Amino acid sequence: MKVLLAGNEAIARGAWEAGVRVACGYPGTPSTEILEALAQYDGVIAEWAPNEKVALDVAVGAAYAGARAMAVMKHVGLNVAADSFFAASMTGVEGGLVIVSADDPGMHSSQNEQDNRRYCKFARVPCLEPSDSQEAKDLVGIALALSEEFDTPVLLRTTTRIAHSSTLVELGERQPPVAVPDYRIDASKYVMVPANARRRHPVIEERITRLAEWAESFPYNRVEWRDRSLGIVTNGVAYQYAREVFPQASILRLGMTYPLPKDLVRRFANGVQRLLVLEELDPFLEEETRLLGLPVLGKEVFPICGELDPSTVRECAIRAGLLPESERPPAVEIPSPPLPPRPPILCAGCPHRAVFHVLRKLRLLVAGDIGCYTLAYLPPQAAVHTCGCMGASIGVAHGIAQAGSPQRRVAVIGDSTFLHTGLPALMNLAYNQAQAPVIILDNCTTAMTGHQDHPGTGRTLRGEERARIDLSAVARSLGVQHVECVDSYDLAAVERAVRAALSAEGPAVVIARRECALLPAVRRTWQPLSVDAGRCNGCGLCLQLGCPALVRSDSIDEATGRPRVRIDSLLCTGCEVCSQVCARGAISRRDRHH
Amino acid sequence: MSGYDFLLAGVGGQGTLLASDVLATTGVRAGFDVKKSEVHGMAQRGGSVTSHVRWGERVFSPLIGRGEVGYMVAFERLEAVRFAGLLRPGAVIIVNDHAIPPISVTAGNDRYPSDEEVRAALAAISTNVHFLPAVSIAERLGEVRANNVVLLGALSHFVEVPLDCWLAAIAEHVPARTLETNRSAFLAGRRANL
Repeated sequence: MKVLLAGNEAIARGAWEAGVRVACGYPGTPSTEILEALAQYDGVIAEWAPNEKVALDVAVGAAYAGARAMAVMKHVGLNVAADSFFAASMTGVEGGLVIVSADDPGMHSSQNEQDNRRYCKFARVPCLEPSDSQEAKDLVGIALALSEEFDTPVLLRTTTRIAHSSTLVELGERQPPVAVPDYRIDASKYVMVPANARRRHPVIEERITRLAEWAESFPYNRVEWRDRSLGIVTNGVAYQYAREVFPQASILRLGMTYPLPKDLVRRFANGVQRLLVLEELDPFLEEETRLLGLPVLGKEVFPICGELDPSTVRECAIRAGLLPESERPPAVEIPSPPLPPRPPILCAGCPHRAVFHVLRKLRLLVAGDIGCYTLAYLPPQAAVHTCGCMGASIGVAHGIAQAGSPQRRVAVIGDSTFLHTGLPALMNLAYNQAQAPVIILDNCTTAMTGHQDHPGTGRTLRGEERARIDLSAVARSLGVQHVECVDSYDLAAVERAVRAALSAEGPAVVIARRECALLPAVRRTWQPLSVDAGRCNGCGLCLQLGCPALVRSDSIDEATGRPRVRIDSLLCTGCEVCSQVCARGAISRRDRHH
Repeated sequence: MSGYDFLLAGVGGQGTLLASDVLATTGVRAGFDVKKSEVHGMAQRGGSVTSHVRWGERVFSPLIGRGEVGYMVAFERLEAVRFAGLLRPGAVIIVNDHAIPPISVTAGNDRYPSDEEVRAALAAISTNVHFLPAVSIAERLGEVRANNVVLLGALSHFVEVPLDCWLAAIAEHVPARTLETNRSAFLAGRRANL
């Protein structure tokens, strides 16, 4: 029987069926659910690593030892792991190694929309791309077999629409993992000193040539002959859009997008009157096709920026004259006032809100980082002023300080991000004595991606208890003398600690700690507050917190003529940050009202 | 076998993902090819969220094209209007009669559209529009969070698949201890006077 699986669940299933023994990664949308799903299966070691480079190194080690291994990350995670990726390409492997890169066209939850097929060409690593969940499952096993046959890591590239779309999948049985042999020592292959690397470089160039030949008859590179007036070269989810928008066209669907099967592409091009490449993001297949000297349409028809969808594909095709105007759906005029936007915001009860309230009050320049707290760049907090990539906050604040900038500045970084790439940056800041306090927003989880554990939570991916990393001790051991830990919900304590850090001699760290309000254990303790209408005069001070549980009510204070505030009891967690802001003592738990 | 293209629209945290899981599984149980697409991560933090669910003999794109949505379940009034442009004229529209003001509205910078404006916008695309007090229906059943399943019950009224498929799908996706409440919620929505 077929079951409905998201692409990420299918990849986990595929890894289990293909006998993967070791899998690791760092959470990142849209890749996170792969390891979470894999951890539900027996017989696989599935681990969160503190960052993608470490994850890939672990997977590489397992593959060197002869086991089948997988490393999982979002597209920008491969930037972090790039050094290891190139190294693994040079050495090759013993057991199969697949690296899953989940790209995010449209940047649903990312800082860029880089196209990681470029990494494959850059590092001479083959790239496989599924068009649905069935293929996502099957291509994991194929990638591992390919990895072993050609002595190469293999990249399995998905995109958000593959990762988070569910389609029907036929399940298979688990292929038992091969017994891991005695470690085969081969320094000339696995020690990449220049003398060995010079010998390896021609090997990997020759390898990619052989892979291109193999790709000619790879069944997932598939020609579907229909009407020959238009032929479309496509990959991934774009294949589905091609089928939907151009039901009559001939299609060359590439399941392996690097290296290109040159003869297959030439044969297909020669069989059609007009050749079109339909691909999301970069003109990757288009450029490869052009290198064969074939005339082809691509990015002059379809956009480079953003995610494709059937409507975009259809509209672009109509504008380029590839489809008749009659294909355009009738536009319906909808009479509507301007709609207020609904961007993602900090949740009700978010412990970060209180900290940013203080940072804004102190008018600090804030170098931010990646996590839920990045959302505090928006009003009313508007207290994150830079955010580029994981772990950058500390180095950026360091640089702002060393540049001699007159503004008082701090770095803010979450607990998981601090352990990801914040550690060397903090060591550097202490070592070079930069005057930029670091505030670690410790909500005791990786919240943005859906509550993954990390070394600071003291629990593993499988929920086993471990010694919890003590962030204060880590900061001290990295050379920071001034370290203070406060409750994020305690506005006065946070302000005192931040002021003390700003005036400290030398580097300083403030750990603002409070568990994410959405953690299941915390949810059980929610006790919504309410507003005492007799005390609220509608001043709106509490609304400056930007908490979604605080809303204007229909009740008007007669003295001021302003609408009073009320609390949405479905959303309120009872964090009491708003009661600390209220000058009239109007907000408290219902049982405490006077 | 004619197909169904469903759009679920709501606010992060409202239970749209669970509802789309139930809807997708119902389609599988009814013998359709099914695809479901949604977005996770940052968008979930109280932002607008949508989920596309498609049933058909063979489904290609996991996303529904503009103007091709045949059935919309909106978990919130404003979100119904926001995504109305994706609907096919005459689409079935089920709206939770419930407002969650965005932060710019509570801060006093924006105005939430009036009930009349919401109804006028939806009337331009279809006469098959049904407002349902799903939150108070669910509250009466003792579990306000089951309002998403109340809305699915209302939707089921317009979809020709056996009741068993729906109920089995609900049993597959809700926690065992809330199963009875969710079944009641579904049936209350199905029986609602639309």
